[in-house]
Amino acid sequence: MRYESPSTTREAAALLDKEAGVAHVLAGGTDLLVRMKLGHIEPDLLVDIKRIPAMKSISHSARGTRIGAAVSGAELGEHKAIAKAWPGVVEATNLIGSDQIQSRCTMVGNLCNASPAADSVPAMIAAGARVVVVSRRGRRTVPVEKIVTGPGRTSLARGEVIEAVVLPARPARSGDAYLRFTPRTEMDIAVVSVGVNLTLERGRVKTARVVLGAVAPTAILVPAAAKAIIGTRLDDDALDKLAAACSAACNPIDDKRGTIEYRTKVAGVLARRAVKIAFQRAGGA
Amino acid sequence: MAAVLVSTTINGDAVQYACPPDESLLDVLRNRLGLSGVKEGCSTGDCGACSVTLDGRLVCSCLVLGAEAQGREIATIEGMAQDGKLHPLQENFIEYAALQCGICTPGFLMAAKVLLERNPDPTETEIRYALAGNLCRCTGYDKIVHAVQASAKEMRKLNKKKSRKKARA
Ligand SMILES: Cc1cc2nc3c(=O)[nH]c(=O)nc-3n(C[C@H](O)[C@H](O)[C@H](O)COP(=O)(O)OP(=O)(O)OC[C@H]3O[C@@H](n4cnc5c(N)ncnc54)[C@H](O)[C@@H]3O)c2cc1C
Repeated sequence: MRYESPSTTREAAALLDKEAGVAHVLAGGTDLLVRMKLGHIEPDLLVDIKRIPAMKSISHSARGTRIGAAVSGAELGEHKAIAKAWPGVVEATNLIGSDQIQSRCTMVGNLCNASPAADSVPAMIAAGARVVVVSRRGRRTVPVEKIVTGPGRTSLARGEVIEAVVLPARPARSGDAYLRFTPRTEMDIAVVSVGVNLTLERGRVKTARVVLGAVAPTAILVPAAAKAIIGTRLDDDALDKLAAACSAACNPIDDKRGTIEYRTKVAGVLARRAVKIAFQRAGGA
Repeated sequence: MAAVLVSTTINGDAVQYACPPDESLLDVLRNRLGLSGVKEGCSTGDCGACSVTLDGRLVCSCLVLGAEAQGREIATIEGMAQDGKLHPLQENFIEYAALQCGICTPGFLMAAKVLLERNPDPTETEIRYALAGNLCRCTGYDKIVHAVQASAKEMRKLNKKKSRKKARA
């Protein structure tokens, strides 16, 4: 195996492109190095992206906030402006693992590892986040929900690397939230999770995105759940419809941490709670 | 596999080593540099026994490659006592019997040190969250939490004294 730590995205893409064997991008390594240790993968090349300035930085423009792919969970959590504008995204990312893991883990690594229970993913999809995908042939911008295609599988082609996550510009009176259910309070994997992002107009929900995690092979956007609350002030009837839409969208696994029946029910319960938090954060009453 | 040559700083000292590109920082520290205070527990990031700091941030050295340490600053348990004097956390782990077999202790001490540098007056809940990445199978955590609380108190007093001295000077 070779280890390379290029200083530009171009160089990283070229290294990935040139490698004839198995090449992997190394971000925080909290999934990748575990999989190598367990013998699940045997890379011929690791391309460490942490010395690429464009991937280590956070910047703002009229189009939104650009978070480099190598920014760690801890660094994201320390960024006051993002924590204020996108508390749901930041909380979701900060739920990943312990402080040790936070020092290293990235949102993009969480996405590309493609676990159905990845914590930052429902929050990013709810936020309408996009990722900048770079290869030797050029770059494209892709909605986060188009990246994961199944457990452990992504739509990224050979030689492609994600350079950054872009959160859209934030309209006034917007709020987001992420909740996960785990049997333990720390260091556990979501049994069900919900990401919500909404914007209000005259006290009513104008736009919303509701996303479920850990209840299907990938995180799922549930338009019917959003529809249930759009135009409302989250009255009981709207919340009932939201919960029903979330439960109906579930297609979960059945395991010792949560049965199908349990995960399906809890999805509705968590969605109610998350939507209320997002509503409050948007200034709704 | 061609070895990678690495120049780094460990506990303030410039260090150079060569290691295979897939060797963990944990193995480098223990097997190449003789820093066996860093312990190996699970080797998958769950137990925290191998905790060290990398540029001031707490990491599991089992989930860092030796090659990644080029130009960085690493601190291990070996650098915690200064001039032959134990750190207050080390003193209190002994005082409060916050260890039995001792395998998890270096990791807990590193994690607690990072916590107290960031937050000199943590609540019990904050302490338990900050130490959630460190597992102990002997003591049941209460004694560890007590030792950290006592150290926090002591260190706040020491820092007050120091800043008073500074103000007078
Ligand atoms: C103890 C422990 C606890 C954990 N707890 C949680 C948890 O609570 N919730 C949770 O969701 N996850 C958890 N995880 C899993 C893991 O920490 C996260 O998925 C993390 O976000 C992965 O990020 P990373 O930067 O470490 O990824 P890496 O391990 O570096 O990479 C993961 C995968 O993504 C690819 N990749 C990374 N960056 C890019 C890029 N820029 N472009 C293209 N491909 C890329 C890599 O090649 C690799 O295949 C835990 C892991 C451990 C060890």
